[in-house]
Amino acid sequence: MSRFLHIVHRDLRLALRQGMDSLMVVFFFVLAVVLFPLGVGPEANLLARIAAGVIWVAALLAAMLSLERLFQNDFDDGSLELLVLAPVPLEVVVLAKVGAHWLTTGLPLMVTAPLLAVLLNLGADGFLVLVATLALGTPTLSLIGAVGAALVLGSRRGGVLLSLLLLPLYIPVLVFGVGAIDAAVGGFAMRAQILILGALFLGALALCPWAAAAALRQALE
Amino acid sequence: MPQFRGQELTCIRGERVVFAGLGFTLDAGGALLLKGPNGSGKSSLLRLMAGLLRPASGALAWDGEAIWSDPDGHCRRLHYVGHLDAVKPAFTVAENLAFWFGLQAGGSSASAVEAALEAFAIAHLADLPGRYLSAGQKRRLNLARIVAAPAPLWLLDEPATGLDEDAVARLEDAIARHRAGGGMAAVSTHAGLDVEAAEVVELGRFPAKDGFAAAGEWEP
Repeated sequence: MSRFLHIVHRDLRLALRQGMDSLMVVFFFVLAVVLFPLGVGPEANLLARIAAGVIWVAALLAAMLSLERLFQNDFDDGSLELLVLAPVPLEVVVLAKVGAHWLTTGLPLMVTAPLLAVLLNLGADGFLVLVATLALGTPTLSLIGAVGAALVLGSRRGGVLLSLLLLPLYIPVLVFGVGAIDAAVGGFAMRAQILILGALFLGALALCPWAAAAALRQALE
Repeated sequence: MPQFRGQELTCIRGERVVFAGLGFTLDAGGALLLKGPNGSGKSSLLRLMAGLLRPASGALAWDGEAIWSDPDGHCRRLHYVGHLDAVKPAFTVAENLAFWFGLQAGGSSASAVEAALEAFAIAHLADLPGRYLSAGQKRRLNLARIVAAPAPLWLLDEPATGLDEDAVARLEDAIARHRAGGGMAAVSTHAGLDVEAAEVVELGRFPAKDGFAAAGEWEP
């Protein structure tokens, strides 16, 4: 456990020192969402109708932006070899790195999203649900993303490959995330969608560290 | 007394047999010097010993127990120095070392970090960010890492690369002290590093052509 926190602490400090990554993700998120009112026109009803979908799609793309770097830097400078050889299961290392990644990208997205929801005229009932779905959804995105990031290690143009690999896998999270918000705004029950998001998160938490660790071992052979 | 032993090891990289039927024995206080031309499998053998690679056949055992049966236990008793120095440009020299020390030893100790930096004469650089280090200084930092947290088995892949004479002498000294304390070391080197009373393993005795024949994939 102390070693788990040790790695989280290191990755957080690295992210803070190099600063730009987190900021870039948030700026991309804001810009992508702001483009929509400009593109589809300022009609309040239309924006309210598409708000949940736009915010979720933008969050999904923003989360992916930084995933390529999750293991790449450590791979390039030899740290990854030493992390694999550390006296901790590699799955724990992966989980620690994913945790740090979520704290530096998923969490800022979650904080920014309600502000953007105001901009898009999202119904008042949707705000809390928006934050709740992002709280359950963004860790899932980071976990699934870790598998992709580990698989494309060492390949050129890994970023594009990563998008092609991950976007299809992100569809369930997107569908149920947006579904829950739409249901809440429309006054319907949204318990089922939230539960499914929770299940997706738990499933990813249980499976993804193992898959990513196996991919990392493969990358180092 | 611990013993690290490899038997009948075969390593295949990219469908080419790098070496076959290789064996070694390392006792407490012993050292293995791996020699051979480029591509003869020195690095591969060290990666096999570390558990980063799996041999195509053969066995690696610590005290008679296969290293695969307890990978974490094996990681706990080894230090590996590869071609890359794992120095984070955003961290200072002391922070870089403190992270690896904490990961290996599971705690923090300012005095151990200080002593290890002193052993490779880079204590005066402790507060300098990694991005300003020269290649030789990075290598010294990487070697300070293995001195900081004790582990019985050192696997050093061309550790003298980029080091000046003073640092090579310090490395030889560190290896000698490590062995005097009952540690083992496997070192690959081309030249310039003097390891006393080491058993020499000559790699590259298996030319590629024979290798293919051995693997049954070469039919002239």
